Amino acid sequence: MSAQTSPTRIPDPTTRYRRTGQRGVNTEMLSWMFMRASGALLVILIFGHLFVNLWLGLGVKGIDFAFVAGKWANPFWQVWDLLMLWLGLIHGGNGVRTIINDYARSSTPRLVLKGLLLVAVVVTIVLGTLVIFTFNPCPAGAEPSLLPAVCQG
Amino acid sequence: MASAQSGTLYRGREGMWSWVAHRISGMLIFLFLLVHVLDTALVRVSPEAYNEVIGHYKTVVFGLGEIGLVGAVVFHALNGLRIILVDFWSKGTKHQRGLFWGVVVLWVVLMAGFLPRHLMHMFGA
Repeated sequence: MSAQTSPTRIPDPTTRYRRTGQRGVNTEMLSWMFMRASGALLVILIFGHLFVNLWLGLGVKGIDFAFVAGKWANPFWQVWDLLMLWLGLIHGGNGVRTIINDYARSSTPRLVLKGLLLVAVVVTIVLGTLVIFTFNPCPAGAEPSLLPAVCQG
Repeated sequence: MASAQSGTLYRGREGMWSWVAHRISGMLIFLFLLVHVLDTALVRVSPEAYNEVIGHYKTVVFGLGEIGLVGAVVFHALNGLRIILVDFWSKGTKHQRGLFWGVVVLWVVLMAGFLPRHLMHMFGA
């Protein structure tokens, strides 16, 4: 406050500004990088998903068990959907984590909300992954007219 | 964090509102994603169970909801690319306002393409 103190030390303008004071890689920087990398990939994955499911053919009216089974008979769409599932939920979960950090003011609700978020993301990823890999396009005893063409013969 | 005392308007204009819209659309998409994985998981229950639940997506109310959802996804995607440009392109910050209006124009174009097609699917033209 007083004018007697030593002059303010101004850092060399060429030194890098460090928000966290940490050197090198840190988790928040990795999270920031991940949001951009996964976001760019998700634009391609989700636009492709919307184009095939809502634009081509009968659009939303064409979606039924046979449609999904027909898609997942192809490993290409299995990998596509698996990537969408993992990247989408981690990207979305990390985004919601940021929102919780911004708006949950005290530590208990913050911890509870983040706990719930983590459970929701993990359960959904595990469930979705199991569904993609254990899916049977021709379940035994199912009504034949509801099954995809690959099940006949 | 902003409060009633400190004021809830940050800098206003394109920069702030694109951030607000990015948050709201992101939250919306995340909640839909949780539901969407659950409804798709019904393929493991039975073809009948899946068809029954997915049938709701073909109703008028859901069809209109899908327009909102696709609108949110397209905005979030385009504005996300804008954020990447602002962060990694040396002239990104300088042009962030122009980029925002680019997002708006592209959004209108893409939605103008999707909307008639989706309405045709919904009402069977």
